Amino acid sequence: MKAIVTIMLKDGVLDPQGKAIGHALSNLGFGQVGDVRAGKIIEITLTETDPAAAKAGVEDMAKTLLANTVIESFKVEIAG
Amino acid sequence: MLATGILIFPGINRERDMAMAVEQSFGKAPRMIWHKETDLTGLDLIIIPGGFSFGDYLRCGAMAAHSPVMQGVKAHAARGGYVLGVCNGFQILTEAGLLPGALLRNAGLRFLSMDTMLRVERNDTIFTAHYQKGQVFRAPLAHGDGNYTADPATLDRLEGEGLVAFRYADENRNGSARAIAGIYSPNHRILGLMPHPEDLVDPLMGGSDGKPLFDSLAAA
Repeated sequence: MKAIVTIMLKDGVLDPQGKAIGHALSNLGFGQVGDVRAGKIIEITLTETDPAAAKAGVEDMAKTLLANTVIESFKVEIAG
Repeated sequence: MLATGILIFPGINRERDMAMAVEQSFGKAPRMIWHKETDLTGLDLIIIPGGFSFGDYLRCGAMAAHSPVMQGVKAHAARGGYVLGVCNGFQILTEAGLLPGALLRNAGLRFLSMDTMLRVERNDTIFTAHYQKGQVFRAPLAHGDGNYTADPATLDRLEGEGLVAFRYADENRNGSARAIAGIYSPNHRILGLMPHPEDLVDPLMGGSDGKPLFDSLAAA
């Protein structure tokens, strides 16, 4: 069983990396670019076989280490 | 004299500068503490120096904050012990939950390696007794993630309760909220700051603006 944790800076927290990517896209002529936010994805292979227990475990990991909830939000998805 | 220890994590690179600054003011070399030690009893002051602990993987300070020695630091802090975190040390203290807020990527995205000016917000703490209140002194910056942030309620509390230690007095180069460069815990026994006072403690280093911080601690 695999878990995919998506971590993003919270709305309202300045994301200079996202802004820089947005500027670069505009400079490359992609005129349709609005706001850009950059985050990270962490994939974790689990020995747990129960999806609900796996999700609860990974949410605990995210709160403890993977995300800094002062500035970041996270989303946990369990993929088969 | 405060019994002092300096923590060493893999990737930390400012521990010798810090040890030199401590020894110069204290007249005694600090104990160097590897990150796998957990028993920090007998120490009065624990210093977490700057560098790039664990390669800044995941977030600056995130890995170090969960390493074995930090259990000892948390127990030390709970006993009312003194803690000083500089640069990566400040980031580690916020990641460990010993100080509020977080350090984000510098607003201009660039790594900052230059001097800044700091204003001393109060001089009645163990860290700042040898400065004047409102004194402005020079301190080197060396960080990519020094943009202090916290929610508005936390920032109001820090300011209202006198927990802002230092503010950027010339230019707020990293974009920190309310120009905050360093903060205290509510008991003023834990201090975290981004700039490096230990890098200016001798005329041979180009100045000694940071020495009063170590002299303050030495006189405690």
